[in-house]
Amino acid sequence: MDWTRILTNVAGEFFAPTTAAYALAAIGLNIHFGLTGLLNMGQAGFMLLGAYGFAIATIAGWPLWAAVLIAIAAATIFALILGIPTLKLRGDYLAIVTIAAAEIVRLVGRSTALTELTGASSGLRGNQYKDTFQDASPFDDGTWALGPFEYAVNASNSWWIRIVGWVVVALACLLVWLLIRSPWGRVLKGIREDEDAVRSLGKNVYSYKMQALVLGGVIGSLAGILYVLPRAVQPDSMGRSMTFFIWTILLLGGAATVFGPVLGSIIFWAVLAIVKLTLRDVVPTTILRSEQIEQFGWIIVGVALMVLIIFRPQGILGDKKELAINAH
Amino acid sequence: MRSAVLDPGGTTTPPLARRIAALLLLALTSITLLLVATPARAQGPVASATAACVADAATGCIVGTLRTAAGEPVVGAVLDVVGPAGDLTATSDATGRWSVAVTEAGEYEVTLDVATIPAGETLRDPANNPRTVAVALGASQAALFPLGAPAGGGGGGDTGDEPSDSPTTDAEGGAAVPETPGSTGSGVTAARVAQLTVNGLVFGTLLALASVGLSLIYGTTGLSNFAHGEQVSLGGILAYVGTQLVGLPLIPSAIIAVALGAATGWLQDAGLWKPLRRRGVGMIQQMIVTIGLSMAISYVFQFFFGAGPLRIVTDTPTSVSIGPVRITTTTLWSLAIAAIVLGGVAFFLLGTRAGRATRAVADNPALAAASGISVNGMIRIVWTLGAGLAALGGVLIGLYFGATSWYSGGALLLLMFAAVTLGGLGAAFGALAGSIVIGLVVELSSLWIPTDMRYASALVILILVLLVRPQGILGRATRVG
Repeated sequence: MDWTRILTNVAGEFFAPTTAAYALAAIGLNIHFGLTGLLNMGQAGFMLLGAYGFAIATIAGWPLWAAVLIAIAAATIFALILGIPTLKLRGDYLAIVTIAAAEIVRLVGRSTALTELTGASSGLRGNQYKDTFQDASPFDDGTWALGPFEYAVNASNSWWIRIVGWVVVALACLLVWLLIRSPWGRVLKGIREDEDAVRSLGKNVYSYKMQALVLGGVIGSLAGILYVLPRAVQPDSMGRSMTFFIWTILLLGGAATVFGPVLGSIIFWAVLAIVKLTLRDVVPTTILRSEQIEQFGWIIVGVALMVLIIFRPQGILGDKKELAINAH
Repeated sequence: MRSAVLDPGGTTTPPLARRIAALLLLALTSITLLLVATPARAQGPVASATAACVADAATGCIVGTLRTAAGEPVVGAVLDVVGPAGDLTATSDATGRWSVAVTEAGEYEVTLDVATIPAGETLRDPANNPRTVAVALGASQAALFPLGAPAGGGGGGDTGDEPSDSPTTDAEGGAAVPETPGSTGSGVTAARVAQLTVNGLVFGTLLALASVGLSLIYGTTGLSNFAHGEQVSLGGILAYVGTQLVGLPLIPSAIIAVALGAATGWLQDAGLWKPLRRRGVGMIQQMIVTIGLSMAISYVFQFFFGAGPLRIVTDTPTSVSIGPVRITTTTLWSLAIAAIVLGGVAFFLLGTRAGRATRAVADNPALAAASGISVNGMIRIVWTLGAGLAALGGVLIGLYFGATSWYSGGALLLLMFAAVTLGGLGAAFGALAGSIVIGLVVELSSLWIPTDMRYASALVILILVLLVRPQGILGRATRVG
């Protein structure tokens, strides 16, 4: 078994664009769930909308900043549509509606009726919308190598997307850190712990919940852009499973913490990479086909999610007293 | 907290070892169940698609590609080919392609089994099914079955069973159903409306089997079970294992599938949910556990059975025509079974002591416990019943759509939630009413929106219901926030 190769690949996962995208999505979910206690089970829907908004606007010839704004606007509208009927109801209604709405986005996106816009189930190819992002890079084309990691500077799965991705993640962490300390963040935490107490203090709980839903959703849509930049917009790869992975990441790292989502994402992808690469090397393909190894990885994720939420709901970094999951 | 109420002695945590043993037991049982099926996978009908036919000196091919009206490939449709080389069948693959290899030249009659094409799809030219093709060795002969609106209208004066060609379709269809502005694709005809209404009623009734369990579990425990879809898939897959891998006839293997499905419900409550309730794990946490469980189970299915469609029965069911509506005899039987079982559930809930106790627990667990009802016992009954009903739903839905798969229940989960919410979360009869409405909405919406978007219409209904009447059709108007 080639441990150097496996460990190099695993270390590559630490700062891969996908890891950054999932970390960012989990930061958005952290604002929903960790800070406010909202059960958003449709974070992948926000990401997919962001990805579609960005890609379609870019293909239509809009500049980079406008395409990003479109993605943000799409997520905002989506959050408003979801929030208006459900934020006054019990928490699990929001869960059902968000998971349903994310599914609607996916079903509509992959419908053949919209092939010209969304490319139906085959999606939008990355080359159609990557250019504006790559052109925004201040670096010259070529490849850089940092130790064993050699990637193109600007093209596709590049250093440029890694730099931008992790800078955005860092900014989002800073934002969450500032929010947690702000009066606004304290109201959100109050809502999470005891909605009625906050209401009795004269705060408009509904409005605060809505603001949190929109903010987390917008961060989710940016994560969607990050996720699709090195690949393609594929509606079927951004379905329910993706939301569940984000939940696992958040609960693994620790909800209601600043760095929990980032740590969770790094561990999630590194462990998955170790499991898959090791299995691929050790187990002959006659016993486990390569897609079975993939599925085995996801089975582990599902079991890990169950074990985590039962035995350590606060995750690695969290504080059990801080997060009262059952306040609602 | 509700969970504390459910388990008066909930402060004592059982030893960790026992809890883990129970979890392991659950995991082992499910794995054993699945392992039974694995060895056969190697030689069994793994490939969902027939191997593509290559024409050579001794072989001729009959080939075709099936696409829905909206242009999506039709997966798992069954074609029957009868001719000099004998009786052959083909199944369309993930791209809608199918092919049959024949070893003798001559005339072959190709029949597309309309029961295996997606619900709501109809043949554009039903008169052309079956169709006859002449096959020569060393060549491929195409036999195409275009799908879309039948090129014949079922207006007022239509007496024939089969819609016939008529140039005045649109006018007739317009009279039957108000023209919707911007209606897409295939037109609205009375025959199509009738067919879709029947499809919707059938689909809704079968969906009700699955969603009644979801609603009962919610009603008695307060848990939104996101893994209920996998219970539905489990039923379908177990029936597939029984008929295709073990070789049992359909009815015994369906009964075994339902029994095993119910057993998994019992085991799940005994090994997972009861310990969690005793431990005082909150509802939100339990809900996230169901999500992890759903993910784990669905990938276990995919691990063992692959991602392709799994056909429970491979022979072509016979169809009967009632007026303009075609329905297979299998579906009629399924409908009868579903109606009897749902009636039985209604009788259980209304007419038996255990059923009344179940409703009492759903109403007010503390009061039920105080009046001597074993709350945990009732919850065990509900889990067993709910999982059994889901398994039956999975088998019948698998038969209705022609195939089951690792995701067949997962895809229905949101429709079940829509139905349950529409009927009122926790109200068992509400789930029945909600399912029928959702079934009709899903099927009839394909009159106006593309077929592949029709599930979305049900989810829009879900959101609208929450906006207007969050307690659902039959739910009590209590404060739900």
